[in-house]
Amino acid sequence: MSMLNGLSYGLLLFMLSAGLTLIFSMMGVLNFAHASFYMLGAYFAYQTSSWSNYWVGFLIAPVLVALLGGLFERYMLRKTHKFGHVAELLLTFGLSFVILELVQLIWGRTSVDYSIPTSMQAPLFKLYDSTFQTYRGFMMLVAVLMLISLYLLLKKTRIGLVIQAALTHPDTTEALGHNVPRVFAYVFAGGCGLAALAGVIGGNAFITEPGMAQSVGAIIFVVVVVGGMGSLGGALIASILIGLMQTFAVGLDWSIVGGAQSLGIDTTSETPGYSLWKLKLSQIAPILPYLLLVLMLIVRPKGIMGTRDE
Amino acid sequence: MRVSIKPLALGIASAMLFAGAASAQNVKIGFIEGLSGPFGGVGQNQLKHFQYAAERFSGKQANSGVTVEIVPLDSKGSPQEALALLKKATDDGIRFVSQGNGSNVAGVLIDAINKHNERNPGKEVVFLNYAAIDPDFTNSKCSPWHFRFDAGVDMKIEGLTNYMKDQKDIKNVYVIGQNYSFGQQVSKFTEEMLKKKRPDVKIVGNELHPLGQVKDFAPYVAKIMAANADSVVTGNWGPDLVLLVRAAQAAGYKGNFYTFYAGVIGAPTAIGAAGADRVRMVSYWHPNSAQSEFESVYTGFKAKFNEEFYTVAAVNAVRFLVASVEKAKSTDAVKVAKAMAGMKMKGASGEDIEMRASDGALQQAMYIAQWTKAGGKDVKFDQENTGYGFKTVRYLMPDQASMATTCKMPKR
Repeated sequence: MSMLNGLSYGLLLFMLSAGLTLIFSMMGVLNFAHASFYMLGAYFAYQTSSWSNYWVGFLIAPVLVALLGGLFERYMLRKTHKFGHVAELLLTFGLSFVILELVQLIWGRTSVDYSIPTSMQAPLFKLYDSTFQTYRGFMMLVAVLMLISLYLLLKKTRIGLVIQAALTHPDTTEALGHNVPRVFAYVFAGGCGLAALAGVIGGNAFITEPGMAQSVGAIIFVVVVVGGMGSLGGALIASILIGLMQTFAVGLDWSIVGGAQSLGIDTTSETPGYSLWKLKLSQIAPILPYLLLVLMLIVRPKGIMGTRDE
Repeated sequence: MRVSIKPLALGIASAMLFAGAASAQNVKIGFIEGLSGPFGGVGQNQLKHFQYAAERFSGKQANSGVTVEIVPLDSKGSPQEALALLKKATDDGIRFVSQGNGSNVAGVLIDAINKHNERNPGKEVVFLNYAAIDPDFTNSKCSPWHFRFDAGVDMKIEGLTNYMKDQKDIKNVYVIGQNYSFGQQVSKFTEEMLKKKRPDVKIVGNELHPLGQVKDFAPYVAKIMAANADSVVTGNWGPDLVLLVRAAQAAGYKGNFYTFYAGVIGAPTAIGAAGADRVRMVSYWHPNSAQSEFESVYTGFKAKFNEEFYTVAAVNAVRFLVASVEKAKSTDAVKVAKAMAGMKMKGASGEDIEMRASDGALQQAMYIAQWTKAGGKDVKFDQENTGYGFKTVRYLMPDQASMATTCKMPKR
């Protein structure tokens, strides 16, 4: 059960970071506003589903956000491109604040009631007394479908070929008559759309509130760095690793005090630093991804499957 | 010759205005609370409670010469921001502040107010705490400037465990809470008191998770189920409770929940029909509590905001402040604090409540209520249109619910 929970969370993370890592490998710019597009996806889906039903929101929200992402690339990001990466970075950084404030203006500063459709609240199957909710299965299904179609798109189609060519040899590709800036815009829009899709299915599984971008923002950077900047495969491995690590760590009550006791060393509340030693693994679960980030940067700075050697 | 009567009329009008100002007293409460961020939803809802209380229980509607005005100050739930806002409030001449969501915030406010009052005689500030229930505030860290209108963790756990003691089917209890002073107190007191009252009950888990950070409670629920717990005790509030309950239902958990805040905004919707007869709450009031004197407040609030009314402490804070200003015939914080200490009045269910002078803790009744299908005489009002509401299963008079204090109160 923990395995499934971890997998579904990891796959959601992958959906989020796939777009980020694609954009990064193309433009060499970390999109700080990426998590904001995730949030926009959730809010758009909430809005459309309150007007009609969930499925309309599911289809429309990612398209809308992709459109916004494309426009942002075309009319803002492209203009700053000539001023170098720092300008682009700052632009996306600024955009994340603009989106946050806009969301708070439109939908308020507190969480909205965006909930799972009743048809998918029922349990899918039972495993040792605990049930697995249909919606979690649906989340995994969407993520896997997205993963397969993304793979096919990049590896088996002509568009994918052009994108890959534009990634590594933009000048040559342009000389061959392809509109590379337009390819960039498409990839940026696609990446934002993927983030929005993650928002659509993650927003109601967890909670839709203005703080949601910030809370996943840090994690997806960890995923991208650990997986290797710009590597889709690496992002997949890293997201599932982090998803599993977080869920399993919660289930483990190991602590240094416990370890010492099983070795026959007695510790009491008088021992220096006792409050630190008695911390259980389950209590530090939320900081584990960041610990992994630090370790990874020390041991293997290019990430699990990174190719950049700088 | 025509004489203009305008100046005359103006003179009379302004004379009346001044006369009015002399007898009417305006008091501002600086409402320092997280009005945005993870717990913003709860904060906004509590703000409405205070505004409604000020409207109903002060000024014209209450037939009182004392008018309370609520000044919202958004701390985003952070102790640092709350301190900055306290400074701003005192600079603006506000002498009464209120806060409740988060004992971590309340703790630093109490310290800061103690220091402020020591250093600024004549500009003292009084803290009306409506929900931060770390028992230290009325014991080891008690302050003459702090008045708490909610019941302390010790008082609530005492009531809760007295009820649990008689539930013979309880065997394995799991305690889960937020990792900060309040959550830690809940976990400590539950373990201590259950051990004393039901030595046969096993505490199969005692878990603390980060405050307001966890979005996916599924792994915690998996752990609760793996531990074979038939009952869960939790002090979680706001989204931390909503998400916990949602995850428990998604995983098909069938055990009982013993909570503090199942009535707080959002939680009733999350509990819904699936929680019927399984979710219990300890509180000093609920809409279906015995001979509820506050029925018109409850229905009036719901009619105005379309949200549930449950923070009687907000109303009591305003009522005690108004009565204390009337008694002291002054808005001076020191005089008001002296008047408030030991003050008695009728509570929300008609019981006799008293602001105990020795520790600044309001002595009031205590209820254990169970989530039950609405209708019938026990459950008149449902919550958040779920068709379910709270039914009293245990009632403790103020003197039965009262806890001793170790506070050595400095002079007010």
